Amino acid sequence: MRVDFVNLVWYNLYMYNHKEISNRLATAIDCALKKVDDDILRLLKEAYANEDNPRAKWALAQIIENDEIALAHNCYPCQDTGVAMLFVTVGQNATFDGSLENALTEGVRLGYADARKSIAHPLTRINTGDNTPAVIYYDVVDGDGLKVDFLAKGAGSENTSCVKMLTPSKGADGIVSAVCDIVKQAGANPCPPLLLGVGVGGTMDKACLLSKKALLRKCGQYSADTEVAKLEKRILDEINALGIGAQGLGGKHTALACAVEIAPTHIGMLPVAVTIQCHSARHTKVRF
Amino acid sequence: MPIIMDEKYDVTKLRAGDEILFSGTVYTARDAGHKRIVETLAKGEPLPFPLQGSAIYYAGPTPTKKGEIIGSCGPTTSARMDDYTPTLLDNGLKIMIGKGNRSSAVIQSMINNGAVYLIAVGGAGALIKSKITACEDVAYLDLGCEALRKLTVKDLPLLVGIDCKGKSIL
Repeated sequence: MRVDFVNLVWYNLYMYNHKEISNRLATAIDCALKKVDDDILRLLKEAYANEDNPRAKWALAQIIENDEIALAHNCYPCQDTGVAMLFVTVGQNATFDGSLENALTEGVRLGYADARKSIAHPLTRINTGDNTPAVIYYDVVDGDGLKVDFLAKGAGSENTSCVKMLTPSKGADGIVSAVCDIVKQAGANPCPPLLLGVGVGGTMDKACLLSKKALLRKCGQYSADTEVAKLEKRILDEINALGIGAQGLGGKHTALACAVEIAPTHIGMLPVAVTIQCHSARHTKVRF
Repeated sequence: MPIIMDEKYDVTKLRAGDEILFSGTVYTARDAGHKRIVETLAKGEPLPFPLQGSAIYYAGPTPTKKGEIIGSCGPTTSARMDDYTPTLLDNGLKIMIGKGNRSSAVIQSMINNGAVYLIAVGGAGALIKSKITACEDVAYLDLGCEALRKLTVKDLPLLVGIDCKGKSIL
């Protein structure tokens, strides 16, 4: 029997328009860079109300005022508009009328038109001039959907992010103490109060990726997995007992939230990665 | 009550933890700007700004919108300037404004040279933008956001992070 490939394509595959991808991504990035996540603002206000340390209160009051000024004036809450990170979930049946990667890159370029251009060659340090390339990760799934999670990653906090390769014998206690060591080492530098994305398991690189994906979760929401949620609460409590506080000035609020993502790992490994995110969390999701 | 000061204030009077409202002149410089300043000093050539007795603000703003003075302009992590800072302090830098910790070599150099480290709130770029009343390009414009700029600020809220005796609140 003759198979009509043209009709097969027409009926079963969805085709995305590259210009629409670029334009919608650009608009979403532009909006996201000018607005701190609502959940963060709520957590900051709760932290201010619960804080006793006058210096930490001094800093928290300015952070809250800053985020409200940015919202009222439609300007960037933080000058470090970051590296553009894109986490793309694409259905294996999706098709495109052009290069998906080029469409995403163009979206980043347009979305950063008014923002700071922070991307440079690692050796010559010459700026690329348009904040590209973005850091892009793809997950291929069933179906024909296309979803992009955007995260603006600033350097001050990313420079303090870290991965530790623990041995399995260290267990949950070892994970908590590794996260505490990384946050202690970071001190005031990453602009606390922080959000912590923690990746546990996989390989070294997989743990790092999980620690980034953990930051895509709604801020302050614990994992649906009760064991993981227990670990998240324990990490958050122990981090906030460190006394680093807002901007390293002391007090009870070193971190506002902690999200852990896990993956199966080797019988001989326990990778733990921590992505440190500053309070100026700017991210968004686009479903095409 | 916060101490009202400008760049000419006798910084030896400041103590770690003092709250400040700074009104005056600061020069912006960060990673690439510091590299050029230190290279210029090493060659014995003149700098494009008066380093002696001045204040440097570690910042790289977002681009300026049409009709505005400057973009968002919060402090960047000071520690990245630590390798360069003792050379600047030995050449007369008096005030550094940034965020986060400093190295022991920087603190020792601050003690030797009678300089202070003031901290601004990291991530408060929009708030600090509202305290900047003038911005003038000075040099290194090819560095984009890392260019050397002369800012006039009014009532910039700061804390003394490390005083000239080396005492720190961080």
